Order: sequence, then structure tokens, then C-alpha cells
Amino acid sequence: MTEPPSKGAAIEVQDLTRRFGNFTAVDHISFDVAVGEVFGFLGANGAGKTTAIKMLIGLLAPTSGSAHVAGLDVATQTEQIRRRIGYMSQRFSLYEDLTVLENIALYGGIYGLSDEQISERSSSMLQTLGLTDQLVGKLPLGWKQKLAFSVALLHEPAVVFLDEPTGGVDPITRRQFWELIYSAAARGTTVFVTTHYMDEAEYCDRISIMVDGRIATLGTPRDLKAEWKVDSIDELFVRLARAS
Amino acid sequence: MEGRFDRRIVRETGESIVIATLRAFIIKELRHILRDRQTLIILLLMPLVQVVLFGFALRSDVRDVRLVVVDPSPDYATLALRARLAAARRFQIIGIAPSMHTVEPLFRQGKADVVMAFEPDFAARLQSHGPAHVMLLVDASDPNTATTMQSYARAVIMAYEAEEGAHRGKAIQIVGETRMRFNPTLESVNLFVPGLIALVLTLVSALMTAISLSREKERGTLEILLVSPLRPWQIIVGKVLPYLGLAFANVVTALLAAWLIFHVPFRGSVVLLLFESVLYSMVSLSLGVVVASVTQSQRVAMLIALLATMLPSSLLSGMVFPIASMPRFLQIVSNVVPARWFIIIARGIMLKGVGLEYLWRETLVLSLMTIVLMTIAMKTFKPRVA
Repeated sequence: MTEPPSKGAAIEVQDLTRRFGNFTAVDHISFDVAVGEVFGFLGANGAGKTTAIKMLIGLLAPTSGSAHVAGLDVATQTEQIRRRIGYMSQRFSLYEDLTVLENIALYGGIYGLSDEQISERSSSMLQTLGLTDQLVGKLPLGWKQKLAFSVALLHEPAVVFLDEPTGGVDPITRRQFWELIYSAAARGTTVFVTTHYMDEAEYCDRISIMVDGRIATLGTPRDLKAEWKVDSIDELFVRLARAS
Repeated sequence: MEGRFDRRIVRETGESIVIATLRAFIIKELRHILRDRQTLIILLLMPLVQVVLFGFALRSDVRDVRLVVVDPSPDYATLALRARLAAARRFQIIGIAPSMHTVEPLFRQGKADVVMAFEPDFAARLQSHGPAHVMLLVDASDPNTATTMQSYARAVIMAYEAEEGAHRGKAIQIVGETRMRFNPTLESVNLFVPGLIALVLTLVSALMTAISLSREKERGTLEILLVSPLRPWQIIVGKVLPYLGLAFANVVTALLAAWLIFHVPFRGSVVLLLFESVLYSMVSLSLGVVVASVTQSQRVAMLIALLATMLPSSLLSGMVFPIASMPRFLQIVSNVVPARWFIIIARGIMLKGVGLEYLWRETLVLSLMTIVLMTIAMKTFKPRVA
């Protein structure tokens, strides 16, 4: 199962499976994500998205199958993978009792950036986001999410995993958030994103829809709509989820 | 194309990156602690308040008093008293010595509780109407127990005095003199300070680490840390070190308060006491990490940490209730309570002035506990669920 990854693929998944006792949360899923691609990983709650992500970021060992992230095997090269990926979870995960700069300094330090790199990147980050240094807990949710995303990109990872990054965020801020995603992709970072907002799914280069641990369909939003003869991804999503 | 994955600009040199990572994490932990002013003030003032509050003690019953008899010239009177002591169920004669010289080390090592020393020609003095003298030396490191032991010994002497007088048809006189050793003024506070240090260290170390680690778990920040290059041992060390510093500050506060307000003696090495305190903090800190790794929420972690540390530390450690007067079952249980060992050490150093040569066994127990708990902590704290 440890065939060399094809060049140019940021994520390569082959028959990846995870069982919990008798329950198969992820059932032989296979897909590739190209470098610099924005890949939407959709599915209803309990479809197995989070389990799949956890295997890709090294928080959960696969039961069988293989996966490569940034050319590294998730089963054996977890250590190296950690330095090459960024991760933003469903829950807001910066420290609210620390200031913006203190949070940046922490993650910069953890990822081994030099003090100069940290101060350089934090000032450009504050500028891009239009933020002043303050306690993170005092920021509105939308700002927090944008900040968390920028912090996940601080060490310039090859792949960034975003698990429902825009949950509970207003439409305007969501749009700004997606602008950040595009600019990261334009700089060559592969973006792997899960979302419940189907309008966001339309922004992705390609999407997959997971149903009951399997990938029910995969392709560009336009191709999928044509293939399934639907007007929107929302319609397709509901149809696939209902069918299960 | 492979090179595209190498865009990260990082210091790759192994060792420096490990240190830099750890440093960033410890700075963050310190910021958490310093920013939460209320908790910090409570934690810093707690030892002071507790030392001041604990001014009283609880009485207790004592059995199996280890007695050494010093009998320079055995005669019928001393043999009769020895027989009575041996018959009394509360006493256990562990040695008979001809002079006081051999007795002192037994005391220091905690092998004897009471020494009863007859003066030479005891029977002859009784005979010649003059009072015969007997001296009682009592280990008063624990004042409650000391007074109780002293009255038991006196009771035996007085009973003999009365019976022998009645038998002879004329009163005899035995004059007893008591010396309390190690804690001559029977100050309860002397006894409580070591226990208090144990309690405060347990609270700061176990409870605070458990809370701080489970908070990260609850808020989801731990997940982010586990996905990062930070290793589980670095997370544990980063959590433990700042609290170790706080615990150390607490020991110093408690000791200063005890010394300045209550004039508690420091007969032994302060450096050794501080070292042992750090060791004891390590045990508690490891316990806190273990509690946090097996629980899912802050609230549960806090409750378990309280139940698992505070209660045994205060009730089963010998701090309040002497272990000697506990039921056998609890005596056995008390062996796994780290505070029990620390209190023996702290009392030994502060009140008896003994050093590692007598306390190495207790020190070893605490070291082993640290190693075992740390190993469990590292094992349960897995980044990747199999």
C-alpha cells in the first residue's frame, strides 16, 4: 500500500478506512487533491468527514488503506507531516486570554520560526487583517476565525485543513474569509475545507460529498451539477443525503 | 515538484528547535497564569491564610507505643515496673539499654516513641524513703500523641506506686520528670506546617495542572497543539514547569509565615526541605496530568483531582490524624498517599533536624511515585488514537 505518491498531488488517499468496533466511520475512500487546489470536503453530520480529517492530520490511525499528505505517509511519517500542515478546527482554538501577538508568537515558536520571522509575519498579518493587538477574547467571532486561519498559515504549510471554519459567521465575513482562502491557494497552499454552507461549496475548485462513510460523488461544482442534472450543489447534497 | 513542499522556512537543527518550541509553550503557560490575577492571588495567599488558620489540633488515641527502658542497675523495683509495662497492651518494649547514650539515635530515627529512664539504685532509693526518680522522654513531634503517651506511662508508674505502697503498708514515692523531645513546647503549629505545605503543594500542583490541561482539552486548543510539531512530553513539561515554580513560591511563603508568625523551628537543612518539596510537587503534578488525560471536561477533572489528592492528603497522611491510630486497613491505604511520606520527611527535617541519612527511604518512595505517575501520564497522553 505504500506506493510512491504521484508528483503534484498534495493529498493522495487510497482505500482509506477507519472502523470503531463494528461501526465503519470511513469506508474505503479514495481521492487526490492537487497542489494549490481548494478542495471542498462535504457531507452531512456523522457522514465521516471529521474522522477522515483526523486520519489525514495524524490524530487518528487508519484501520486500513493509505494516505499521503504533502508526499508523506500518514501511517509512518506523522512527525514530518505535522510541520507541513496547518489545521483549523470547528471550535475556535486560539487562546482568548492571550493577545493577538502573543498567540502568533506561541504558534510561531511551536513551528520553529525565528523571532525575526515571527515579528515580520505578525505585523504583516495585523496589517492584512486590519487588526490591532488586543486580547483575542474581545474580538468578534468573524475576526477570530480570520485570525485563526491566518495563524494556521503562519508557518507556510503545504496543506491547510479547515474543519467548518465559517460556522456561525455572518455572510459578509464569510465572503472575506473565502478571499483569504483564495489568496492562500494562489500562493500555492493546498486548501482542504469542510463546510455546511452549500454556497461556499460552489467556491471550491472541486468538491466531494460523503455519505455514510463513502464518497458518493466527486468533481468540479459545474461538472457535478451537469452530471446530476441539478441547479445547485445544495440540491445535489440534499438528494444524496436523503438517498442514504 | 517535490521541492514545493519545502517552502517552510524553519530552523531544522534538531536540538535548538526542541528548546525554542518548549520555550514558546512555557511563555504561553506563564502568560495564562499571570493574566488570571484572581486565581494567582488566591494561590499565592493560600499558604499564608492556611498557616494562620490552622492553630488547633485534634486529640487521638494511641496504641503500640514503642518504649525503650534505660535501666543502669536492674533491681526488683525496676524489673517489676518493666513487667507491668510489658503487660500493658499499649506499650511495646523494643529495647532495654544500660545508659542514655544508645537511646538518642533511636529517637532521631523515629524508632522509639518513649524512653523511660530509671535512676541508678532505684530500689534502694525507694527503700530508704527518699523519692526514686524516673525520667520520661517523649517524642513530641506530634504533640497530641506525645501527651497521650506520657499519661499512659505515668499511669503505669502511679499504679505501681499505689500497689507497692499498700503492700508495704507505707507510702513510697516515685518522682517522674518528663522531657518532650523535638517539640518541647508542644506547639501544634509546628506539627501542622509540614502537613500544610503538603496540602498547599497538592492543591497548586495537582489541581491546577489538571484544570489547566483539561481546559485545553475542553476548548479544543489541545487538538491544535497535538497536530503541531509539539510533542506530548513538551506539552507536559510546559504545563508542569510553571506550576512547579508557583508551588516553590508557596513553600517559601508557608515556611516564612510559620517561622515569622509562629516561630516554628528549622532544625534541619532548609535546602533539603526545599528539594523534597520540589520532589513532592513533581508527584502531585504528575497526578494532575494523569487526571487530566483520563477526563474529558474541566469540571470532572477538578472533582477527581480534589477527591484523589486533597482528601487523602489531609485525612490519610498523618497530617491531622496520626496514622498509628487509624484502623489497619486505612494504615495500609495511607502508604500510597504521597503526602504521608512528605510529612514524615518535612517533620523530620524541621522538627528533628535529621537529614537524608534517615529520610532516604521516604525520599525514594516519592521518587518512585514520580517516575511511575510520569510514565502513566506520558502513556495516557497520546496524540494519536490507535
